[in-house]
Amino acid sequence: MHGYRDRALALVVAIGLLFFGAAANAGPYEDALAGLTTDSFSDTANAINALTATGDPRTGPVLDALKNQRLLFSAGTKRVFIKDKSDALTDAATGQPVAPPPADAGNVRLNNRLRGMLDAALGSLTLVAKEPGRRFDAAQAVFKSRDAGALTNINKALEKETDARVRKALTEARAAIILTSAEASPDDRIAAIAVIRDRGDQDALGLIDGLPADLPQAVRQAAVSASTKIQGNLAFWSALQNAWYGLSLGSVLLLAAIGLAITFGVMGVINMAHGEMVMLGAYTTFVVQEYIRSYNPALFDYSLVIAVPLAFAVAGAVGVAIERGIIRFLYGRPLETLLATWGLSLILQQLVRTVFGPTNKEVGNPSWMSGAFELGGLTITYNRLWIICFALAVFVALLAMLRLTRLGLEMRAVTQNRSMAAAMGIRTARIDALTFGLGSGIAGIAGVALSQIDNVSPNLGQGYIIDSFMVVVFGGVGNLWGTLVGAFTLGIANKFLEPYAGAVLGKIAILVLIILFIQKRPRGMFALKGRAVEA
Amino acid sequence: MGAFPLTRLLDRSSAVFMILLAAFAVVIPTLNLLAPASSGLHVSTYLVALFGKYICYAMLALSIDLIWGYAGILSLGHGAFFALGGYAMGMYLMRQIGTRGVYANPILPDFMVFLNWQELPVYWYGFNHFAYAALMIFLAPGLLAFVFGWFAFRSRVTGVYLSIITQAMTYALMLGFFRNNFGFGGNNGLTDFKDILGFNVQAETTRNALLVVSCVALAICFLICRAVVTSKFGKVLVAIRDAETRTRFLGYRVEAYKLFVFTLSACMAGVAGALYVPQVGIINPSEFAPGNSIEAVIWVAVGGRGTLTGAVLGAFVVNYAKTFFTTGWLAPYWLFVLGGLFIAVTLLLPRGIVGTYEWWRARRAERQVVPIAAQAPHAAE
Repeated sequence: MHGYRDRALALVVAIGLLFFGAAANAGPYEDALAGLTTDSFSDTANAINALTATGDPRTGPVLDALKNQRLLFSAGTKRVFIKDKSDALTDAATGQPVAPPPADAGNVRLNNRLRGMLDAALGSLTLVAKEPGRRFDAAQAVFKSRDAGALTNINKALEKETDARVRKALTEARAAIILTSAEASPDDRIAAIAVIRDRGDQDALGLIDGLPADLPQAVRQAAVSASTKIQGNLAFWSALQNAWYGLSLGSVLLLAAIGLAITFGVMGVINMAHGEMVMLGAYTTFVVQEYIRSYNPALFDYSLVIAVPLAFAVAGAVGVAIERGIIRFLYGRPLETLLATWGLSLILQQLVRTVFGPTNKEVGNPSWMSGAFELGGLTITYNRLWIICFALAVFVALLAMLRLTRLGLEMRAVTQNRSMAAAMGIRTARIDALTFGLGSGIAGIAGVALSQIDNVSPNLGQGYIIDSFMVVVFGGVGNLWGTLVGAFTLGIANKFLEPYAGAVLGKIAILVLIILFIQKRPRGMFALKGRAVEA
Repeated sequence: MGAFPLTRLLDRSSAVFMILLAAFAVVIPTLNLLAPASSGLHVSTYLVALFGKYICYAMLALSIDLIWGYAGILSLGHGAFFALGGYAMGMYLMRQIGTRGVYANPILPDFMVFLNWQELPVYWYGFNHFAYAALMIFLAPGLLAFVFGWFAFRSRVTGVYLSIITQAMTYALMLGFFRNNFGFGGNNGLTDFKDILGFNVQAETTRNALLVVSCVALAICFLICRAVVTSKFGKVLVAIRDAETRTRFLGYRVEAYKLFVFTLSACMAGVAGALYVPQVGIINPSEFAPGNSIEAVIWVAVGGRGTLTGAVLGAFVVNYAKTFFTTGWLAPYWLFVLGGLFIAVTLLLPRGIVGTYEWWRARRAERQVVPIAAQAPHAAE
């Protein structure tokens, strides 16, 4: 009883407020709004046009709500309400909250014709929106829809537009409308074609190629020449895009192979469990992120920075254990090493499967690694860009380590002449373990990067092992520069073959090419020369 | 020695092996077909198919042992030859289905009708004849091995490099066969076989016959291997295994020896695959998976490389263990066992079971001979 009386009272107050508001603000906007309360499609259509014509800033939200079926009307009070996300109502004219909805409130209904009108109206409304980004999007939408009705709005917007990028988009949108409208003069059309040609993307090509055949000769010619120009342009950018994808794949291959270049290339140990070191690195990242999520979500953006040294430590420690436990008994027996480490990879995979489960694990992108930006006709995603930088950084760091540190010196000494190095007082067994640990640790770091672009599952490493060996063999064993060149060559070759042969056939072609290449240069591109070769 | 080719061919352990194999080929079908199902001696049809599968695996192991144990070529892509032989047989079996398929097309196998293909691809021609299919079972793997080996051995790709590119080869083939437009059934492979040479593949008698045929094929392969390794040719192979460069300097054409034995071994693997397919009823691209080929290598390592009988034993032991583990609650632990096996065998039992036994016997014999040797210390040198 009590609640009912409260609600009735509130209703009275609300209605009083509404009347007050209506009395104070009556104008073209309010008149137009009233058209939405009659529940007839033709009145609604008129109301939409009238609302757009007012240029009132309140129009946008109303049309938006109408489109999303969140606009209510009450025929009795002639009011229109917007329902927000929490289902609370506000009056469309006054912006005041309406606590209890009027008893006869119902949705303003739409049909397909109205929906089309709404989209166009919303499009031209956003043409004059405050944020340049929204204006740009609106102009792009008009370019795609080529709605002749938007022409006047575009012209109006062009007069006021100051942002160069939006201006260009608006000009292009206008050109698109003119080009496709039947009334435009041949000269206007040729000018429009020039604008579209300068845009030069796939949409522009589609627009020009879609022109009817019965155009005047001059227009036709302009269209054909523009079409060839755009195609040339597109081919150029797609080649660049392929090169970028190739670089990106190459950096992934480099990351996966660079540890192998140490264990296989420098030490001559064939480690089939190398891929599993990568996997351990990826799982380390997963665990770090889980900890951060549950204990300190604010640190999430730093999760990868934290994971890198940890992954190095985990994979490196496992690597040292493998060297001490298995590999050191098998030096000089490469085929046996291969089999033993393959067995090890099976065990590690199954271990991870038992501990973490067989399904893919969710590893998130930190904010600075998500998103993309456009560079001319290129789309460059941040995570790929970071991975390229990261791969190169790891490469440089490793190179510097081998050249500049004492450990690096000792490593090179041991691999070049073991007995001489031992005679000079280097503890070769310790160096072996550390070198193997280093190679494995780098694989772990690679896992951190790969967790950002690949599924983190127990099989993660298997997908990379054959590719990594190919890179090392192709580049030349025992030579880090060879690995670098090999990785990027294979990456780019792969991506350039893909459009012609498809992903799978491209891969097969690469494998066949490598097998043929080994015929020509059995020891890779950058082969070691001299006595080390037969050792 | 040359006067007694048979004793040279069949030393003691080989003879034992042949007898055991013959007994196996007689006893299992007898117990399956003649012993009543209720008796304790009855062998179920499931087991017959299982043993048939093991025999095929043993043949694959034998072919690997021939090149790895005697010529030092570690192929990690022998599963590819096995699968190619299997596909050749599978294509014959597909053509035998005829109008009994789901789409009842007399020429096209079901998957081609499903993919809307209008006519049979050229490379499927002739597979309706068994003789042609049988030829292909040798030819397809043999030719691939010949071309691959010719390229690889000529440019002296040896050791782990060869292992890696054989692995890449089978990986590339796997990717290819997974594609629908390759014309081999894509992902699903070839299956749903009806009959072979007019006999129903599902029938008990056919299964037993296939087991016997597999045993005979294994015996023939074994004899061929023995003939190869006990000949002068085999001696050269061992020399290549132990010191390739030195053998080359002695004037032997190392590439030619390796190429021959590699191709022979691939053909054997192809036969193994061809006999495998009707017994398991399916062939699909996962047979090309690099993991399978490496697993086959470990059978040889467990049994003992360079012993031939060891390869067969290893295939049986490891696969029995696999069946035992993967069919029960122990399934999650199988990969631990398999992985452990890889490590344990290479570290602790590098000669394998048979190899260790023979080494132990040789040492015992040596000890007994010591007093005689002491009388003429340098005679043997």
